[in-house]
Amino acid sequence: MPHNLSIGELAERLARKETSSTELTRHFLARIERLNPPLNAIITLTAEQALAAAGAADRRRAAGESGPLLGIPLIHKDIFCTDGVRTSCGSRMLDNFISPYDATVVARLKSAGAVMLGKANMDEFAMGSSNETSWYGPVRNPWNTAKVPGGSSGGSAAATAARLAPFATGTDTGGSIRQPAALTGVTGVKPTYGRVSRFGIVAFASSLDQAGVFARSAADAAVVLAAMAGFDPLDSTSVDAPVPDYAAALDTPLKGLKIGLLREFFDGLEARNAALIHDAIAVYRSLGAETREVSLPNLPLSVPTYYVVAPAECSSNLSRFDGVRFGHRCAAPKDLMDLYERSRGEGFGAEVKRRIMTGTYVLSAGYFDAYYLKAQKVRRLITDDFRAAFEQVDLLIGPTTPTPAFDIGAKIDDPITMYLNDIYTIGANLAGLPGLSMPCGFVDDLPMGLQLIGPHFAESRLLNAAHRFQLATDWHRRAPRGYQ
Amino acid sequence: MIPRPAAPSWRASGSPMSLTRQDVEKIAHLARLSITDVEMPVYVKSLSSIVDFVAELSKAATDSVEPMAHPLAGQSQRLRADTVTETDLHEKYQANAPSVQAGLYVVPRVIE
Repeated sequence: MPHNLSIGELAERLARKETSSTELTRHFLARIERLNPPLNAIITLTAEQALAAAGAADRRRAAGESGPLLGIPLIHKDIFCTDGVRTSCGSRMLDNFISPYDATVVARLKSAGAVMLGKANMDEFAMGSSNETSWYGPVRNPWNTAKVPGGSSGGSAAATAARLAPFATGTDTGGSIRQPAALTGVTGVKPTYGRVSRFGIVAFASSLDQAGVFARSAADAAVVLAAMAGFDPLDSTSVDAPVPDYAAALDTPLKGLKIGLLREFFDGLEARNAALIHDAIAVYRSLGAETREVSLPNLPLSVPTYYVVAPAECSSNLSRFDGVRFGHRCAAPKDLMDLYERSRGEGFGAEVKRRIMTGTYVLSAGYFDAYYLKAQKVRRLITDDFRAAFEQVDLLIGPTTPTPAFDIGAKIDDPITMYLNDIYTIGANLAGLPGLSMPCGFVDDLPMGLQLIGPHFAESRLLNAAHRFQLATDWHRRAPRGYQ
Repeated sequence: MIPRPAAPSWRASGSPMSLTRQDVEKIAHLARLSITDVEMPVYVKSLSSIVDFVAELSKAATDSVEPMAHPLAGQSQRLRADTVTETDLHEKYQANAPSVQAGLYVVPRVIE
């Protein structure tokens, strides 16, 4: 069935005229209609536009064009602005917002001929680790619908795992691609800060946000990332550096690759989870990699650092939602202050308000130095730890999350417990490093993720290391029951 | 796992929360957020726990450390030529506005 084929296999069939983009698009739209309702992974279906785009891709191919994504369906996280299509960011605030333009990522994938099927559910404004903070209700994990899929890109992850599309886009501010990829058993890539344009992505924490991809293999992710990455003059933090040929580097042998085991990531890790990571490390040794333990002494401070920096930036970014130019406006405001306060009070959910208030507090007079400036200094210590580690090793390896997917409702009332889900992923965001998560086994019938972190702009090396692992193992081929 | 930090030493003894209701009301107003009476105690508790949690940062020695605002060193803001690149699309953009008249955003009366 087409939904179990890789992007490469689908592209081959399209090239050989064994199928068409229209046929693939109909197939995936039918799967979404049948399988999405209990998952709630997709909140806007764009069937009509998808069939039109598929027809256009088929005509391009008939005219002699080719390309690795020409005619391949995808799902966008609903944080990416899509021209003429609602872009809600999972919030009541933007429930009525029809974006007047495309994000650069959306435009690039469109011009590559990829076909948007719809928009994925997400934690509100990307603030959450369980996809429970969405205005549109929680996403359920296809491996066990009593469990969360992770967040914030939970809809993109669940949709990819359930084979509702060959791939999906996501964003990662503190782990929002890697953590849900781990919890749903798919491959997720968070590129280097600045590698993929942030233009047209609803901003959360601008010094941390980065867009990336969910796919079922590193090889598929390499094809998608190549289309997404690259300089964009519309994003002032976009890096003007050539995009390497990720696909060409996938097969490079790993002999002599130096992999660092992050000591801090194994402290207190539950035995069954740690055993899976050690099995994966053994696979890497058998492939010729050398492993050694490395320590990043300041890494345990990454969660408190993040929960100062990210809320501070969010409190500033979300000040644009004022009930005047777009988004929710309260009924019958009695004056301008009432309009601001009630529009925002009603339009934002509980976690978003908590983050805005945390950020407002740490930036306020008298607290700025003690919290915000202090966190920025610790951020540098953590970044320096990574830099020192990458003088000894080529890649860092460890778990993506401390546990597999947890029950819906289990952590939502305790923010600190929820925040600690991202304990292994936040470091890469603070330092702006690329990270990747891929499945490496199961605990209690739920997938666990193996995380690779590389130096700045080492996406090729991450994808290469992940691909070689996936040639030697089959964890990434497992599908949840009912979605094969 | 990082153990949850103990309460910071500067917290007044006997005070169960590091932020008071008055603190949170002030923060909510600075952030232009209306908070209902039902929501307020939940925020006093959870914001206090977050403030306690991030207070762990005070243990780090950072005397000679430069604050880091951006993850890529040496990046400077690009400049562009001072030329018009956008056309007038105000009608398209204002289609998302809650209230518009004659191309202007409408808000409650500000000056009596």
